[in-house]
Amino acid sequence: MKEHLFEYLLRLGDDSLILGHRVSEWCGHGPILEEDIALTNISLDLIGQATSLLKYAGEVEGKGRDEDQLAFLRLEHDYKNCLLVEQLNGDFGMTIMRQFLFDAYRLPLFEALIHSSDSQLAAIAEKSLKETKYHYRHSAEWVIRLGDGTEESHERIQKAVNSLFKYHVDLFFTNHVDDALLKEGIVPEMKAIHNKWMESVKNVFSEATLEIPSNNWEQSGGRLGRHSEHLGLLLAEMQYMQRAYPNMEW
Amino acid sequence: MVKESQIWNWLESVSDPEVPVLSVVDLGVVRKVEVSESGTKITITPTYSGCPAMQVIEEDIRRKLLQEGLSNLEVVTALSPAWTTDWLSENGRRKLKEYGIAPPENEVDKSLLFSKPIVVPCPNCNSKETKMVSEFGSTACKAHYQCLSCKEPFDYFKCLR
Ligand SMILES: [Zn+2]
Repeated sequence: MKEHLFEYLLRLGDDSLILGHRVSEWCGHGPILEEDIALTNISLDLIGQATSLLKYAGEVEGKGRDEDQLAFLRLEHDYKNCLLVEQLNGDFGMTIMRQFLFDAYRLPLFEALIHSSDSQLAAIAEKSLKETKYHYRHSAEWVIRLGDGTEESHERIQKAVNSLFKYHVDLFFTNHVDDALLKEGIVPEMKAIHNKWMESVKNVFSEATLEIPSNNWEQSGGRLGRHSEHLGLLLAEMQYMQRAYPNMEW
Repeated sequence: MVKESQIWNWLESVSDPEVPVLSVVDLGVVRKVEVSESGTKITITPTYSGCPAMQVIEEDIRRKLLQEGLSNLEVVTALSPAWTTDWLSENGRRKLKEYGIAPPENEVDKSLLFSKPIVVPCPNCNSKETKMVSEFGSTACKAHYQCLSCKEPFDYFKCLR
């Protein structure tokens, strides 16, 4: 059970870590000052969540690895984040769509994890849920504003949907890890989370006059450590300091 | 053995590094002070997961209590129950307003999209004619508002529940 919980915590923690890093790339480049600040705040929340989740993962693993070692000293295939969060920022529409598809998944997931039979995971979910509500409102409102905005904003955010939608199946990937944890009441049934996600996406897309792509392209593998080429490049930058100056601190 | 109340008094002089007008006690992040033969244990709880002030707060608490002569000190972080702005003391709310930051309005977070932002009176002129500029402000705990009467921009310590 311990190794299953460890694996699950890596999925949650790596999602937060990798998306947090991606969003932080906007710092100083936001389209307007308020958005620059908003994105930086969201990034900080995500990295904070990653800290709690990976710290706990290290404790569960019991091999003496702390959150920093897990964040900075693993190899690419050991990261269990979903493919969606490692995708490039693109334009603001792409970043917002990636965030929305993710927030719409994280919100019901944390709502459910509050009732986890694992008290530490429940506590992290309780803390993170409050922040995720703000993130969701921010990204969903932008999706509507851009989709139901000008011709150009509509076109660009629809393009983001077309390019990112294929990664959604990866969010709801489950295997024996989930089955085992579900039996113990540690994690919720993924099917229910998927339904809630679909409901949010349909509602927001209808307000935003956006369409779900009609093709059924799917891409997954993130939870098994099979990533797109973007992750390696991200890690090269993120891990540089620890690799170049092992154990450095400031 | 030092009295628990004495420790709370000392903690009153440890300020929040980002909103220095508030003490860590006003902010409600100190949850528990336990004194025993073996030492002193302080339990703190983070405001926001990624709040960079938390590490500083922990170090400042440690430094203050060591200066006062305590040894065998333990500062632990508890995530649950999660911090809410309801834990801000009355004193803290007053100090925030005097400092120019609007204290949290006790309104339940409606997670509706495009819900009307809540009315936050201007800490400068008390006008209720204000508008939200952005839900994300200079730190994780604040939103950015502007007063339509006196035109001053101000921070709002947003409600977290
Ligand atoms: Zn005013």
